[in-house]
Amino acid sequence: MIALGLEGSANKLGIGLIRHTPSKPAEILSNIRHTFVSPPGEGFLPKDTASHHRSWVVTLVKQSLKESGIKVKDVDCICYTKGPGMGAPLQSVAIVARTLSLLWGKPLVGVNHCVGHIEMGREITGANNPVVLYVSGGNTQVIAYAEQKFNLLFIPAFSHNLTPELNHRYRIFGEALDIAVGNCLDRFARTLNISNDPAPGYNIEQMAKKGKNLVELPYAVKGMDCSFSGVLAVVDLMAAQLLSGKPKPLLTPEGQPVTREDLCFSLQETVFAMLVEITERAMAHVGSEQVLIVGGVGCNERLQEMMGLMARDRGGNVYATDERFCIDNGIMIAHAGLLAYETGFVTPVEESTCTQRFRTDEVLVKWRD
Amino acid sequence: MSSIEIDPQTPKLLIKQGAEALVYSTTYLLPHIPALLKHRPSKLYRHPTLDARLTKHRCLSESRLLIRARSLGIPVPAVYFVDESRGEIFMEWISGSSVREVLDKVLAQEGGEVVVDRMMVKVGAVVGALHAADIVHGDLTTSNIMVRNAGGSELAGSGEREVVLIDFGLGAVSTQDEDKAVDLYVLERAFTSTHPKAENLFQDVLKSYEQSFKGAKAVLRRLQEVRTRGRKRSMIG
Repeated sequence: MIALGLEGSANKLGIGLIRHTPSKPAEILSNIRHTFVSPPGEGFLPKDTASHHRSWVVTLVKQSLKESGIKVKDVDCICYTKGPGMGAPLQSVAIVARTLSLLWGKPLVGVNHCVGHIEMGREITGANNPVVLYVSGGNTQVIAYAEQKFNLLFIPAFSHNLTPELNHRYRIFGEALDIAVGNCLDRFARTLNISNDPAPGYNIEQMAKKGKNLVELPYAVKGMDCSFSGVLAVVDLMAAQLLSGKPKPLLTPEGQPVTREDLCFSLQETVFAMLVEITERAMAHVGSEQVLIVGGVGCNERLQEMMGLMARDRGGNVYATDERFCIDNGIMIAHAGLLAYETGFVTPVEESTCTQRFRTDEVLVKWRD
Repeated sequence: MSSIEIDPQTPKLLIKQGAEALVYSTTYLLPHIPALLKHRPSKLYRHPTLDARLTKHRCLSESRLLIRARSLGIPVPAVYFVDESRGEIFMEWISGSSVREVLDKVLAQEGGEVVVDRMMVKVGAVVGALHAADIVHGDLTTSNIMVRNAGGSELAGSGEREVVLIDFGLGAVSTQDEDKAVDLYVLERAFTSTHPKAENLFQDVLKSYEQSFKGAKAVLRRLQEVRTRGRKRSMIG
């Protein structure tokens, strides 16, 4: 079976074609992406992002079909991101999905963006039943699949909505209580006027490699949840002091001048330590040794390294993917959509809405046992 | 406080390995004084400066909460010795079983609820006393409430045994009803997910809590709110 996936919940427009053959790994026929890059110091606004998606989507779908050599008649279903994400970009892509569905006479499958990330990560890395850290510009969650063998009933954090379908859902163990970790990094890149090309987080990572002084930033972990807005506020103030030299130059406790690179380094070290800590707590709760990192921030090699150190300490290991699959893409939507489609799930056209709020634990994950 | 060398002969037995800390049963000063050692090992993944800062902060914060609670007569383990640079707290060994263990045993029997009635009243009063002192526990589950052994007496006497709150690793000082209500909410979830019968027992806890301090009614009103939304927000983009 072959699925076309359309993703546009944020500033990346991704188109993917995937083939599932029983008892074989999924085959990626095409995975292309076009990113809306805003000028340094600015974020991507919904209307500009939607407009970017609208102007590129036809080209990308055509290119995807062409490079894969797949005929429209071979496509079994059309999968699109139902949410969560930014409203206007989501709507633009949903309209395209509906149009293609009616034009080609193919069923539609609405996909939860987060579940797309998780399923793609599992498929690529072969991690069987990991604790998942999903970190991106819009989301920060620690997730595990609720299987019966885990005695989840005793974990009060999420036993409040026990349902008979408990065993077929991803459960959110911990999450950011305010802004996402990627949002924190992106906004700090704006403060420092760092380029958004190819991604603000990537440029922060490169600068952080040159930093060596750790400045003290707030560290906000509450159980398995965490918060990033306070960290951002403090590091923004430090950046302002660093750039203006007022009221006095920014110095380390040892009297060394603090650089922009030091701030990037300190920010990364602090927020990643928070992420690794909440992930470790979730692993201790469910008794899992595997951890999978997905989402755009998951590309960060320092985060992968820190997670690896933690996992090895617990006798386990870390699974991560590269930018093709970590960063938003169409193939993950095609993959997760096709998994659902194979269990008989379709989204009728009249229900093919999209939504900015769509929790990972709302999805019935029928394809896993 | 500078580091002191603990006698290497002191036997340490690992009894629990959490995400953050290792818990040992050991002795303090004399071989016949049993003690619990909570050790926060350094984490390789963290920057050494950050690691030292967090370990020290958490050790001191936990000890302060325990001492503050104890000085107000709230039953918590006594702190014997703190070495914050090594991330170690030695505290009183509470011999007994957790409320969860007691409930598991008692509720398996017919009519077992009656036996733990008095215990529930005590739990409510102790949590109330904690909140009256503006301390929130942060992880108030039935596993973190102990019932002290009274010279080997069995379940029948569990109503007469002292209830002790343990593990203040996620605790904080807070005057906010919200934080206190979340404590109760977490405890309620722990009760209701243990056993269907335990739900009624929790009502006894709440009744006793309500009478335990002046602000209790406001916290219980807040609990209603926390219940309807859970602890989780709806997810944005």
